Amino acid sequence: MGSQVILKRPTFWIILLATLAFALVPALTGNLELRENLLLGAVYIILASNLNLMIGYTAYVNFGNIAFFGLGGYIGLYVVNVLGWSLWPACLIAGVVVSLLAFILGTGILRLRGAYFALATIGVNEAVKAFVTNFEPFGGASGMYLSFSSFNALGGARHALWLAYFAIVVLMGLSLWLSLAIKNSRFGLGLFAIREDEDAAMVLGVRTPRYKSLVYAISAFIPAVAGTLFFFKNGVILPDQAFDLTLSIEAIVMLMLGGQGTVIGVALGAFAYEQLRGFLLVSSTFSQFQLVVAGVLLLLIVLFLPEGFMGWVYRHLPRLRRVIE
Amino acid sequence: MIFDLTASVINGVLVGAIYGLAAIGLTLIFGVMNVINLMHGATIALGMFSLYLLTTAVGLNPYLAIVPVLLGGFVFGVLVYWIAVHRVIGSSDLMTLLATFAVNMIIIGVGTAVWTTSPYNVDVSVPQLAISMHGYTIPGTQIVAAVLAVILATLLYGLLYHTRLGKAIRAVANNRAAAELMGINTRWVLAISFGIGIAVAAGAGVLIATLFPFTILSGANYELKSFVVVVLGGLGDPAGAMLGGIVLGLIEGVTAPFVNVSWTPVIEFTLFVIILVLFPAGLLAFKWGRK
Repeated sequence: MGSQVILKRPTFWIILLATLAFALVPALTGNLELRENLLLGAVYIILASNLNLMIGYTAYVNFGNIAFFGLGGYIGLYVVNVLGWSLWPACLIAGVVVSLLAFILGTGILRLRGAYFALATIGVNEAVKAFVTNFEPFGGASGMYLSFSSFNALGGARHALWLAYFAIVVLMGLSLWLSLAIKNSRFGLGLFAIREDEDAAMVLGVRTPRYKSLVYAISAFIPAVAGTLFFFKNGVILPDQAFDLTLSIEAIVMLMLGGQGTVIGVALGAFAYEQLRGFLLVSSTFSQFQLVVAGVLLLLIVLFLPEGFMGWVYRHLPRLRRVIE
Repeated sequence: MIFDLTASVINGVLVGAIYGLAAIGLTLIFGVMNVINLMHGATIALGMFSLYLLTTAVGLNPYLAIVPVLLGGFVFGVLVYWIAVHRVIGSSDLMTLLATFAVNMIIIGVGTAVWTTSPYNVDVSVPQLAISMHGYTIPGTQIVAAVLAVILATLLYGLLYHTRLGKAIRAVANNRAAAELMGINTRWVLAISFGIGIAVAAGAGVLIATLFPFTILSGANYELKSFVVVVLGGLGDPAGAMLGGIVLGLIEGVTAPFVNVSWTPVIEFTLFVIILVLFPAGLLAFKWGRK
């Protein structure tokens, strides 16, 4: 397995085209509203496809995935704001630190299985949120505000916002490539074995504890970097917003919608969910009932279409799965 | 100082009994059908608002309101079971978690549309029961709420251990296939257990609403506390949950004079994760059904 195999996959080129479209359409038209819309779409795709590595590939339900995003945002903004470093090293530091923390934490909580693991991840998210709310260097409950001078290093606010947007779009493309590459690797096969039957996988020689910790740490890296960029672009980070358990669970809805375990499906699910959410929020009849509509949608998927949209497509067109995934 | 501590301890035990009752609803459902009920918080909030409606619109005594709320909660729970949960029983953890979370989203969505997210409160006071000592007053409402919580938990215990239905519920918790072979209609036992779990959670919501102001989102906080309690007491163990609730209340009460209140959740959730990893069977497990 290796890069040649990946390059022959049509999905590789589909992802490249989608990433280019995300970057170029708003840049060429100068449409800021479209940019903000696509930004949120890209962030959702990043969150959902990295979570997919845990839920779709390994069958470990991580409810606290948003903690990576929030903590990444806090660490990145701290490096930019307080230490006065530039944005790019801040992104890298956020990603590496959060991944390392995830790896260490993972060796502990990944000994739990099923519902116990899911509960522990909720606990982790709440503990981190409560800690950050009290942690004075991170601004405590009132959060951190980016000083305006941080934008100057990147050529002024307008320029800096575009740069952050492009970087997030690149991360979106990288997330999808990562999903594809893992799926077609030995490591990915090990994860699938854990998903199907962990004990059998262990007996057959998959080093399950190491695989699980590793995938947990990997699934933390890009969301943490994206968190830095997103909150940098926002200019402010608050505990409730950074560790929003609802967004964590919405990410699960997205990957269910598109089909857990698929690469393209999860991206489509995240994008469709973002569009639906935007539509509901501005619609006069539904804005009150945005949560209700999302809840009914989720229930219908869980009850009647648990394999998600792409799962359903692949079931009816098995040849397509071989070509795309 | 010693009075500070005594007051905190009493306060902790009283609030803890209510945490315990709320957690029993959660742990019962987990113990019987291996489902972590993510609509637990929304159910608690529904209990709170049912109390508000029953006292303001119907003019019922707040403590008498528990009876219709328990009955309503039971019917609601059985309905939700047949509509949303039954199809996913026995499939992966993700499916049951998401099915109950979807119902949670629907309840919170409707509740937000009806009551917005602004705070409500129910006027209750029982001054004749208040206990004062050295400048501290334990309000009567807190004592009544804790006593009612213990009574409800005891009634539930009686139901589980001294009735035929309770025996059936315990049998299903222990081994569903074997229970089915013994002629127990396990589908209905699951539905009834879910109904009881929801009813208990709603009842706990009523008791909480007699003490503190609430919003439609308040339930989420008590849901998280219930998770902590359930892990302390052992997942799926109702007796452990009551004790776990009191332990959590004590932790909150005893740490209150020493550390800033905002640090309490840090302690709680760190403890939660550590206990879950080191003692997945619970610290205070009594074991009533094997997993």
